[in-house]
Amino acid sequence: MAQGNDLIIRIGGEGGEGVISSGDMIAQAAARSGLEVLTFKTFPAEIRGGYAMYQTRFSHETILSEGSGFDVVCCFNQEALDMNRKSLRQGNALIYDFPGGDIAEEQNIPGVHCYPVPMTKIAKEDLATPRSKNMVALGAIAELYSISMTSLKETVQEKFGKKGTEVVEVNYKALDAGAQHVRQNIKKADPFKMDPGTPKQDVIIISGNEAVGLGALLAGVRFFSAYPITPATEVAIFLARHLPKFGGNLVQAEDEIASLANVIGASYGGVKSMTSTSGPGLSLMQELIGMASMMEVPVVICDVQRGGPSTGLPTKHEQSDLFLAAHGCHGDASKVVLSPEGVEDCVYLTVEAFNIAERYQLPVLLLSDGSLGFRTSSMKKPDPKNIRVENRKTVSGNGEGFERYALTESGVSPMAIPGTPGCAYISTGLEHAPSSAPRYTAENHTAMLDKRFGKLKDLEDYFGATEADHQDGAQLGVIAWGSTIGTLREAVKIARAEGAKVAALYPKLVWPLPVKALNAFGAKYKKILVPEINKQGQLARLIQGETELRPISYTIYGGLPFTPRQIADKIKEVLK
Amino acid sequence: MTTATEPLKVKDFKSTVPPTWCPGCGDYGVLNATLKAFADIKLDINNTVLVSGIGCSSRFPYFVKTYGMHTAHGRVLPVAAGVKLARPDLRVVAFGGDGDGFSIGGGHVPHVVRKNTDLTYILMDNSIYGLTKGQTSPTSQTGMVTVTTPYGSPDNPVNPLAYCLTYGATFVAQAYSSKPKIVEDLVKQALNHKGFAFVNIISPCPTFNKINTFDFYKDMIEDIPADHDTSNLQAALAIALRAKQGKVPVGLLYKVEQPTLLDRLGEIRKKAKASPDYDINVIIDDYRP
Repeated sequence: MAQGNDLIIRIGGEGGEGVISSGDMIAQAAARSGLEVLTFKTFPAEIRGGYAMYQTRFSHETILSEGSGFDVVCCFNQEALDMNRKSLRQGNALIYDFPGGDIAEEQNIPGVHCYPVPMTKIAKEDLATPRSKNMVALGAIAELYSISMTSLKETVQEKFGKKGTEVVEVNYKALDAGAQHVRQNIKKADPFKMDPGTPKQDVIIISGNEAVGLGALLAGVRFFSAYPITPATEVAIFLARHLPKFGGNLVQAEDEIASLANVIGASYGGVKSMTSTSGPGLSLMQELIGMASMMEVPVVICDVQRGGPSTGLPTKHEQSDLFLAAHGCHGDASKVVLSPEGVEDCVYLTVEAFNIAERYQLPVLLLSDGSLGFRTSSMKKPDPKNIRVENRKTVSGNGEGFERYALTESGVSPMAIPGTPGCAYISTGLEHAPSSAPRYTAENHTAMLDKRFGKLKDLEDYFGATEADHQDGAQLGVIAWGSTIGTLREAVKIARAEGAKVAALYPKLVWPLPVKALNAFGAKYKKILVPEINKQGQLARLIQGETELRPISYTIYGGLPFTPRQIADKIKEVLK
Repeated sequence: MTTATEPLKVKDFKSTVPPTWCPGCGDYGVLNATLKAFADIKLDINNTVLVSGIGCSSRFPYFVKTYGMHTAHGRVLPVAAGVKLARPDLRVVAFGGDGDGFSIGGGHVPHVVRKNTDLTYILMDNSIYGLTKGQTSPTSQTGMVTVTTPYGSPDNPVNPLAYCLTYGATFVAQAYSSKPKIVEDLVKQALNHKGFAFVNIISPCPTFNKINTFDFYKDMIEDIPADHDTSNLQAALAIALRAKQGKVPVGLLYKVEQPTLLDRLGEIRKKAKASPDYDINVIIDDYRP
């Protein structure tokens, strides 16, 4: 990693030991001091116990991914040390709780800078506040890597201020004690440090899940219903706090079937509505996704993917719901699937999801994922004035000649919102005539399916160009989706720096596929590589089925995202 | 439409779609009496949504001039709740049968009930699956022989009245489709109730249920005593449990006033200081580091 400009610090310990909260604080503090940050956390599905990890990447430039490995790791206990020992590389730094903590032996790892900091002992014996161990560690980290202590203390004040000055003081003391220990006892030998940044006014730091909620508010959501599920719950938590301020209603439904049912009813009533879930919930919603498609009711469903099938790996990363999102539910159901690359996308693609749902009157799925949902990242502050919001076509007037499912040129038929005089109609999951009356004739079913799919014919153009990063003379083009895009961007930089010629395509519209863009990209490059985090190579197979491309599928499925290094190595391997 | 001074009639609410039910179906009586209740309360067809699930009785909305949704099997209540929560200004009435409401959709009932969701729920109970041509339903009696239970049904029936009462329903009534005056009266009361109102209407299926016929019910139907205290939950439960003695009590079992879901969501909005002009920049700025 470039010294002074790009640094990755990992903190590991037992769930419940303050790993996540200290990680949050260091990220906040760094962002406050003007640095770009991007975090990555893994934690057990259980509330207490088990290994928890929080990694923060700091930079002066936009950060594209979690990065490849880490520079510094801080271990709160023996398990964390064991978990990370094999990842330690030449030149890394290890900060660990010793002596007096869970780690029994002094560490002397060849090529690794080892800094023992008696976190437990300082917290317990010197400060008599055993729970402040994580803050002692933070103080040590800040001192070693020039993370602004002022910003860290401001963050502490903000986080604990409500609990009273005593709590704030305890944390200040722990931070100072950690820093002081480093000054007095440790001779820093590694080259890592973060040059201070310039605090920015136009930046926010927000998680992927919160960003989805913010996007929904910007799009004008006024009804939200969901059932708690890891790793999607924070979308509902964000909106539970904020949606009522705008006069909207949020309810916690009895299950995911009910939450989507609520949302369909609400949207039929003319109100922009949304739900969020993860794989198991999306499985339960399938019948009603088909109903929304059949009834042509705009709904937005955010699926924060996790490891599956079944209960799977609730807190781990996977991109394995694409088939379900694209091809789920019985019958031929038209729907749209978008997938955000990063936190900023979580805001703007959610707005786009609403726009598409409203414009085409159908369900739109937003496929986020666990590592993106939990990721906190700095981003440019959104300006609500620059948000384009589209609303569904509706009818007004006396309803003369109104047909809810009229066959129009675009395939989109204006909706009557209940309350519109003379336009009463029955929205139905049965196949229906333009008037909305049930009709099962061959001609009608054919015409109606053609309408529901045909209305998407201009979707690729409406959604906008698919970003491509071309390179003259390249033989290989790489296509990624979702949060793998950020990793691919960085992998392309690495591979090019190492002499590889490679192009990349970054589709955010993943169903129906942007076929024109894919074919144009495929025509330029002899080989196409599709890295993704699932067993079956889901995007690769969809591309194979829908386009002229014949991609090489590159999949990993261990519950973690790719590192840029992994993809860069694969690029070089394919080019060999 | 008629002018405001003329009383509204059933025909003012009837759509042009003729009912698809078999001749002799109990649901005709429910439809007619319900439309009378609509006329009585001068229901506003442009601001009413009738929501149903799947089944014979769930075809109900097609036969009425209002807005409507014919949804998926078992999902009538959460869809109806969504309409009402998004558009409190609309009147939302849910319709369905015993299979839709208490089998496939049974998991939704406790929650719509305990939240006192602002809905009227009219259930036509024929103790059979008619649209699939005669299988045992959640209100069928134990031992009932149907095509899927040729040796007799091994299952005990649910008691829809006791079910709703124990989950905290604020309005529970039962009617019988052969007694249209009572149906009309109870539906009207349910429509005027603030909060979740449940009317279970015994509505025999002459085609597929050869046991629970109009004849079968003749001696079982009993009026709820005039002196029954409709605010007494224990007394209401005792009436609901008359089913154990083979009786079908008809009338209003229970009615109390309690805060509804919309009331409580209103309180939440008040606590959140809701305003249509709330500035989203306040939230965005909260995320500045």
